[in-house]
Amino acid sequence: MCLGIPGEIVALVPDRADLAMVEIAGVRRAVNIGLLGGPAGGVGVGDWVLVHVGFAMSKIDEAEAAATLALLRGLGEAYTDELNALAGSDIT
Amino acid sequence: MRFVEEYRDANRARALAEQIAALCEPGRQYKFMEVCGGHTHTIYKHGLLDHLPESVTLVHGPGCPVCVIPMGRVDDAIAIARQPDVIMTSFGDMMRVPGGSGSFLDAKAAGADIRMVYSPLDALKIARQNPDRRVVFMGIGFETTAPSTAMTVLRAAAEGVRNFSVFCNHVTILPAIKAILDSPDLRLDGFLGPGHVSTVIGCRPYGFIARDYHRPVVVSGFEPLDVLQSVHMLLTQLAQGRCEVENQYTRVVPWNGNPRALEAINRTMELRPYFEWRGLGFISHSALRLREEYAAFDAERIFQIPGVRVADPKACQCGEVLKGVLKPWECKVFGTACTPETPIGTCMVSSEGACAAYYNFGRFTRRRTEEVTRA
Ligand code: SF4
Repeated sequence: MCLGIPGEIVALVPDRADLAMVEIAGVRRAVNIGLLGGPAGGVGVGDWVLVHVGFAMSKIDEAEAAATLALLRGLGEAYTDELNALAGSDIT
Repeated sequence: MRFVEEYRDANRARALAEQIAALCEPGRQYKFMEVCGGHTHTIYKHGLLDHLPESVTLVHGPGCPVCVIPMGRVDDAIAIARQPDVIMTSFGDMMRVPGGSGSFLDAKAAGADIRMVYSPLDALKIARQNPDRRVVFMGIGFETTAPSTAMTVLRAAAEGVRNFSVFCNHVTILPAIKAILDSPDLRLDGFLGPGHVSTVIGCRPYGFIARDYHRPVVVSGFEPLDVLQSVHMLLTQLAQGRCEVENQYTRVVPWNGNPRALEAINRTMELRPYFEWRGLGFISHSALRLREEYAAFDAERIFQIPGVRVADPKACQCGEVLKGVLKPWECKVFGTACTPETPIGTCMVSSEGACAAYYNFGRFTRRRTEEVTRA
């Protein structure tokens, strides 16, 4: 739950400004992007975001995403548990 | 393009270690607290203590939200989950946390409908799909997860979902740091600030630590080199007689945090007068509850909550571990009665708890750390 997992935005959701399809470690899931954007700059396809419990919390660059993913993989079980939980997620 | 190796590069680590050693005043001892369990994890996993001079000690802070949930709150949540028409939903981290009479897992085995969810939005979806049941989300976590709960409540309100509520146990990190600074047990020289919490709250709120307590704070990333560099920054401040808040993790943490996330929290939640932290006791203004306007989504107003207070088990020394007074292995039951499979205290349950991190990774560095602690 404390783990922020990097994901890449692969599609925006039509009619839902607060949702985006994000690919996270090979899993494609809807993620809420309502906490990003505004004057701080919106996000678009190809951007990387740090996802906490279904919400994108910050925009990050690709290198940071790669580093964070490597760190997470090193966590072992805690990371696989989080990914399993994510795989079961189906937010709308 | 930067690569992972850049944060792990052994030569850079060695160079940093030398600079760190050079910054230490001879004969002076330095104690820095890493507030966040994520840092604890990195420190043990990568044996960072081996890169630090003997005069620098890192102590673990209270920054593991699962670890600080008091037993009474677990019992209260289970009491809600046992109501006949209730579906309790929770992050997986919470399932094995022991209350006074068992954990969520135990209650589930005994027939309560308790489901693991990844996001509070998944809990809201369960509510939509089960209009004849009352769906409760166990809200836990610091400012990293509180905005998600807040946004979910806002969404439930906008949609008019009437069978969804939150059992709010969100805590805020700053009062806990203040309580530790005020406690006479421990003299600290500075803080490694939590990286992910700071993406939400930013760096400004740590100002009081520098201003009123004259301790430097460096908000730190989670890579081994991030942690070493942050220690370097803390020592540099001390060597130059400065006490400021600095941001080592600028690639993720904006100085002002995430204004939208803060707004969502402020709209839906307010500070409680006080809240009990496992091992630390009652800390004023240290937790959030839903505002009156959102009473319809507040499990504490909807259900009869027993509100029992359960004293921590006698054998458990989580409080001392959470305050950084004891190292995990100094707890009497560490690794014997208390293991990740049969946790007595919460620090052993979450992978970010100090005891679990140490149990899983730390044993190799133990001899080295013991030397440091003795010194
Ligand atoms: S070993 Fe167990 S009981 Fe002791 S401090 Fe750690 S979690 Fe608490």
